[in-house]
Amino acid sequence: MTSTRSTTVGGATVGSTVGYGVPALELVAATKSYGSHPAVRGVDLAVTAGEVVTVIGPSGCGKSTLLRLAAGLERPDGGEVRVGGKVVAGPTWVPPERRRVGMVFQDHALFPHLDVARNVAFGLDELPRAQRAGRVAEVLELVGLSHLGHRHPHELSGGEQQRVALARALAPRPTVVLLDEPFSSLDANLRTQVRAQTLEALHETGSAALVVTHDQTEALSMGDRLAVLKDGLVRQVGTPHEVYESPSGRFVASFMGEADFLPAHVRDALLTCEIGVVSTVPGWGRTDLDVEVMLRPHEVALRVDRASTHRVERVEYHGAFVLHHVRLASGSTVRSWQQHGVQHAPGTPVAVSVVPGSRPVLLAGDDALSAPPDAARR
Amino acid sequence: MTALARGAGRPGWSAAVVLIALLVASPVLAVAGYALGQGGLRMPGGVASMVGTTLALLLLVAAGTALLGTGLAWLVTAYEFPLRWALSWLLVLPLAMPAYILGFVFLSTFDYAGPVQGALRSVLGDDLGALPVRSLGGAAVVLVLTLYPYVYLLTRAAFLELAPTAYDAARTLGASRARAFRSVLLPLARPSLAAGLALVTMEVLTDFATVQYFNVRTVSVGVYLTWKGTYDVGSAISLAVLVLVFAVAVLAAERALRGRARYHQKGGRGRGLERRRLTGWRAGAATAVGLGVVGAAFALPVLRLVTWALSAIGDDGAAVVDDRFLDNLTSSLVVAAIAALVCVLVSLTISHALRLGGGRLVRGAAQVTTFGYAVPGAVVGIGVLAVFAGADRALVALGFENGTGLLATGSVLGILVAYVVRFTAPAYQAVEASFSRVSPSVSASAMTLGAGPGRLLRSVHLPLARPGVAVAATLVLIDAVKELPLVLMLRPFGFTTLSVWVYELASENFWERAALPALLIVLVAVVPVVLTFRATGTRAEVDPAATGATAPAALSGSLPAAPGQVSTTLTLDRGGADGPGRMEP
Repeated sequence: MTSTRSTTVGGATVGSTVGYGVPALELVAATKSYGSHPAVRGVDLAVTAGEVVTVIGPSGCGKSTLLRLAAGLERPDGGEVRVGGKVVAGPTWVPPERRRVGMVFQDHALFPHLDVARNVAFGLDELPRAQRAGRVAEVLELVGLSHLGHRHPHELSGGEQQRVALARALAPRPTVVLLDEPFSSLDANLRTQVRAQTLEALHETGSAALVVTHDQTEALSMGDRLAVLKDGLVRQVGTPHEVYESPSGRFVASFMGEADFLPAHVRDALLTCEIGVVSTVPGWGRTDLDVEVMLRPHEVALRVDRASTHRVERVEYHGAFVLHHVRLASGSTVRSWQQHGVQHAPGTPVAVSVVPGSRPVLLAGDDALSAPPDAARR
Repeated sequence: MTALARGAGRPGWSAAVVLIALLVASPVLAVAGYALGQGGLRMPGGVASMVGTTLALLLLVAAGTALLGTGLAWLVTAYEFPLRWALSWLLVLPLAMPAYILGFVFLSTFDYAGPVQGALRSVLGDDLGALPVRSLGGAAVVLVLTLYPYVYLLTRAAFLELAPTAYDAARTLGASRARAFRSVLLPLARPSLAAGLALVTMEVLTDFATVQYFNVRTVSVGVYLTWKGTYDVGSAISLAVLVLVFAVAVLAAERALRGRARYHQKGGRGRGLERRRLTGWRAGAATAVGLGVVGAAFALPVLRLVTWALSAIGDDGAAVVDDRFLDNLTSSLVVAAIAALVCVLVSLTISHALRLGGGRLVRGAAQVTTFGYAVPGAVVGIGVLAVFAGADRALVALGFENGTGLLATGSVLGILVAYVVRFTAPAYQAVEASFSRVSPSVSASAMTLGAGPGRLLRSVHLPLARPGVAVAATLVLIDAVKELPLVLMLRPFGFTTLSVWVYELASENFWERAALPALLIVLVAVVPVVLTFRATGTRAEVDPAATGATAPAALSGSLPAAPGQVSTTLTLDRGGADGPGRMEP
């Protein structure tokens, strides 16, 4: 656990020192409980200017609470929240209306009694009246809805409502925009499109954004960085590539994508398991250690081999790819993506190997191993 | 206020809610405090007989309304007969007839000098003797006729909305129609029956005007007479404590009768029980029973009032609509309007403060304000007096020679406070019903867009809660115009409302002159009754399949704990009746 925590802080620090100056949003050891249920436990997270950070985790992991703490809709029990370098929760308290934080809600939360233009103008009341209309037109243009200014929310489609909500949140030029599962109320086809438009608008305005989602693909594709939350704790923060390729442990590995775990052994930099040699592990010379290896289905290759004792157990057709479940002789299973058109019937004996060039993740217990432990050195 | 609220959290708004709760609870606290505190209870003479009378009256009215209410509800849901549909809503109308109006019409009709006894005498001879009309029984009949709609409405809603699926299930399991009714529908309706009876008994406890026509001395009458006769606050409060004990006992009984049953069966999709078509004399009898009840409780009394009013106007129109009439009407309307305004403001404050994220304290305080409706009028009245007396003493002790002066007894302030105590509950429920349709994220959006509590209320909550506010204001206005006991108890010298005037004229047998103002009150009171009924399952009955969307979940889904809440549940339905639906896509 401690190792996880240090990774977190490391990640956040790295992110916040890349020359952007003060982070747009910063949570430091933020803690919040509801009654006896701890929702967020000592979370450190920073979003720098212009950066999109996604927060992902299973339901009830505290990701929405994190957002509400940042917005000022909840008060932390401990820790600090800073917006643009200014402490807004902790020793002092700044209510949401004075935080300069924009928020987009899952249900879009448009004001049903105001038309689109007046929804967007709602946050602009401190702007001189003459400039309001201009700013409204500007942000509506940004989300491509200039022609809908006089519609009422109920006359809009779900996707349009979402874009109005985004425009409304961006209009007052907030320091950071918070998006709470902004696409989950849209159906799947629309989601990809609206997601792309949202990202475009965020980049165009150079907004810092914290996006909460429960969709792995969304988290990986949207975020410059992403934070994985579980039980109110940050399990890993990093670029999508880092989190997917080098998960901090078993939870992150299996939450961020399909993963199978096989008992394995490292001896003198050579990783072997039931299916044979997996790969070499640079830097693990003079090591002799039992580990587990994580294999993602795209790293697993299959070849029909009458002599093999591994058998295809089940085949799932996904269209472009076909997922094969293979029962190994030991009883463990691994999954393998095969090209469209390759479909081995259940029962087919197959030889299993790892695609050359893969760098499988090693685990001891539930934590990933980045270097051989000293005790394992010979 | 805003400056305060903009600080850490929203302490200003939270404090306001706590203050409101304290205000609403103050009469009960004063009465209870007196009971526990200083001098102990000083019961005036005749308490034992008052308690006995109260108990007898409560039991009689409860039994009568249970029988009449449930029976009629069953009749119109289980059978098909001529005029059934019309009767199903006509039977609610007596709710609009205040007991103090039906009471004098009843007396004028059945008393010794009235047409009924007169006719009897002319047929049977003079030695018939006087029928015991001015009696406990007479009072019970009048109260049953005005209060049974509570039970009727609630049990009918239960039959219509809780029952369909359960009934269908019972039938598929082989139960006969009769057995399904006995062993499924009645038990399902029991919580509704309990809630209805609690409402009825609370109303009986509150009344001390009607029963006086009948020379019935309940404990509430005792409170009033002791206060008005002797200005002996100690004795009056002691009796009010007794009333409070009765009220608590009623609530306890309601809980016991409801048991642990809380049926949540929203929008059952069953076909429901098929109405059996009655034929021949049975059909005629069913129609006759329904018409008889509506006639006795509403139509005939209204007809009699109209006749009286017409004859009074015919005699001398100017004398009927004279200055006093206009004065009293104005008094009624002004006090009612102020009460409506205050109750709406108070309700908005509570709902808004809850939205701003008040903690457990605020939620608890908001809950407290909904119990005011369940406190009997005599307790509220004497409690308000006690609170003002306490404030008076405190001010004198602080060096103000006149204390509150005539503030309590010399102005309508006491009445207004009592109205706020009593009517905040329905107003709040109506406003909250509108608020509950506003997603919390809408409020949160406004805040993150820079709207402080003040602007949030002005530009988001108020516009979105407007339907609820309108309903709340209407309800309080009507309740306040109808209200009699609180005004009788708290009115300053020379201040008369329409309801008090009707009561005074009726007490002195000036029935013809009382008729027009009485009709006016009935007319006003019909409005919420019609709204209520529209919301409690007319459409459900027409098309059972559409119930889910249109039927008020409040009545069927969760029957509330306290009578106050029940009546406010009705309110909530009225809230739904005229349309926040319009507001939303």
